Amino acid sequence: MELLGHYNYWITIVLAMVGFYIVISSHNLVKKIIGLNIFQASVFLLYISMGKIIGGSAPIISEGTQVYSNPLPHVLILTAIVVGVSTTAFGLALILKIRNVYGTIEEDELQELDR
Amino acid sequence: MIVPHLPIIQVVIPLLAAPICIVMHRPLAAWITALIASWLTFAVAVWLLINVLNADAPILYSLGGWAAPWGIEYRVDTINALILLIVSGVSATVLPYSLASVRHEIPLRQHHLFYAALMLCLCGLLGIAITGDIFNAFVFLEISSLSSYALISMGASRRALTSAFRYLILGTIGATFILLGIGLLYMVTGTLNMEDLANRLPEAVPSRTVFVAIAFLTVGISLKLALFPFHVWLANAYAYAPSVVSAFLSGTATKVAAYLFLRFTFGLFGQVFSLSELPLESILTPLALIAMLLGAIAAILQTNIKRMLAYSSISQIGYIVLGFGMASQTGITASMLHLFNHALMKSALFLAAGNIIFKTGTANLDALSGIGKRMPITMSAFLLSGLSLVGIPGTVGFISKWYFLLAAIEQARWLMVSVIIFSSLLGAIYIWRVAEIAFLRPAIEPYSMKEPTSSMLIPTCVLAGSCVYFGLETSLTVSLARLAATNVISVEP
Amino acid sequence: MPSDVVIRTLAKLLIPFVMLFALYVQFHGDFGPGGGFQAGVIFAAGFIIYSLVFGFKNAKRLLSSALLRWLLSGGLLLYSGVGIACLFAGGNYLDYSTLASDPVVGQHIGIMLVELGVGITVFAAMAAIFYAFESSDP
Repeated sequence: MELLGHYNYWITIVLAMVGFYIVISSHNLVKKIIGLNIFQASVFLLYISMGKIIGGSAPIISEGTQVYSNPLPHVLILTAIVVGVSTTAFGLALILKIRNVYGTIEEDELQELDR
Repeated sequence: MIVPHLPIIQVVIPLLAAPICIVMHRPLAAWITALIASWLTFAVAVWLLINVLNADAPILYSLGGWAAPWGIEYRVDTINALILLIVSGVSATVLPYSLASVRHEIPLRQHHLFYAALMLCLCGLLGIAITGDIFNAFVFLEISSLSSYALISMGASRRALTSAFRYLILGTIGATFILLGIGLLYMVTGTLNMEDLANRLPEAVPSRTVFVAIAFLTVGISLKLALFPFHVWLANAYAYAPSVVSAFLSGTATKVAAYLFLRFTFGLFGQVFSLSELPLESILTPLALIAMLLGAIAAILQTNIKRMLAYSSISQIGYIVLGFGMASQTGITASMLHLFNHALMKSALFLAAGNIIFKTGTANLDALSGIGKRMPITMSAFLLSGLSLVGIPGTVGFISKWYFLLAAIEQARWLMVSVIIFSSLLGAIYIWRVAEIAFLRPAIEPYSMKEPTSSMLIPTCVLAGSCVYFGLETSLTVSLARLAATNVISVEP
Repeated sequence: MPSDVVIRTLAKLLIPFVMLFALYVQFHGDFGPGGGFQAGVIFAAGFIIYSLVFGFKNAKRLLSSALLRWLLSGGLLLYSGVGIACLFAGGNYLDYSTLASDPVVGQHIGIMLVELGVGITVFAAMAAIFYAFESSDP
């Protein structure tokens, strides 16, 4: 099964497209943030799956293991996750403020209000 | 003892200043902290530049004592020393201005947060420029982006919120694209160090993964750079941000993104690969030309002075990318010059616009009728830097446009030559429009209006004056830009 | 505030263990998986459970906004302070080996302090985000 052999890439691609589509298509600002999160999660999966070495164990030194997975992508993605969390938190805070000021979080209504 | 540690001190000063601003809590104390920190960073940047020029080789610094391909390495050469100088210079001139302006635009209880965010943004921008590790560059990019979303959302108008939100969405998409590109490069080469990558990529080149990585990186950075089809976030973000933030970001954020673009396309992938094997040149050049024209036309149609300046920024970014697309030494020299010059002009223009908004309370062009008589110094500074934007001889704008023309003539691209000239003429129209309203129309209201306080006036004049100074005294900037260009392109294609 | 006995009792049982686990993750971070990021988030989760069950007012009495501000910046200052201390000890920024006469001990001290700084900042940031959403009226 060559086609499904790299199923992690398929998951990444599907998730990325789903997330991207939500960001572009939905008018609700919260849904946009959710889409952004899915989009970012797809990249996280790409990084995490690339660190996996078949037959390798968790990268903690222990007796009797020779092969370890690559820990570096995990460390990198931890940073990216933190960035994602702060982006989400800031985005949601911004939405709260927009809601307080405009009274709506639908993009088309916001544009109508600013005309 | 301190000299070998200069690269890290450059980044750590603003990083330390941010929490201190928050702890201080008092508006004035936070401002003083930020002011001292940004003057110190400017001093460090000047010092670094002198050291790089003297040493004639890049200054390397490995964090935590971990050697280069494994640890994070900071690498200062002539290109990023110039970028560091631009970023810290703009912040050092803008901060004195911010005392009065921020007090006017932002509620007092948010001041410490404002200055903390400004310092974090400065830290991020300096970090992108100085680091030699692509993932580290991504982290700094996110630090600067997140804090700039916060800075923009603090604008007085409610539209600042929606503009910041739009920037947040597009900026995050751009950053995620960059992250994807970095991940793919890491998969192919197993390294994140820029030098190491540049050495290893040629072996891996005929691989589809590398092509996909380049595509993601190019689109991601173009989003941050606000290159033509990705420019939608920029106009509103700059128009509704607080005046200080508009001036700061227009002078720094897009410049750093342009630097990153240069680093990736020329530094990592190598000019031969980027421009001969990939159709990058034939993609960049038309986009740049369209950006130059459309940005200028859109600027003419605006009624809000800050929006007008923001659209003019989009047009100027087109120039910078055009120089990259030409991929000749003259072209890169012109781009590097324009990076420096545009930072000066646009920051001066935004500061002058900030002065006007500070006094009149509106950014609407029609309300500025006859303002040249009430605020002669501000409007002269505006006119001076505006003329520089058009490219009148004797100003910095002329120097970089001259080099753009030279580069285009060198390659006998007459369409490019005509677009460069035509876009400059369009620039003359929107600058003239402001000048006409400000100087030739009668004053509509008997404002008892005067110039703003000198703490706002002096930075505006310093920047506008340096537009003229560097326009006459070109040896420093041109030689720096030339050095940088020869670093990037060693052989003429 | 929920007055449900089951929730209150369960929360009382749960919170100490959540926080203890956070401390384990924090201080065992240099031997096994863990570290400041995770520990800070887990600790903040314990605190958020507390304030959800026992009310925002009580939580604010425990951890005022002013204290939060100090924690938020204190952690970051601790982190960069360790880096600067390495400079003064004669090494590069964050080169922990110079912190003690024995490089291995130095590495231990350095990573502990840095992770502590990270943990404090992450906890404070999470709590601050929670406060920001709690206090705003939708």
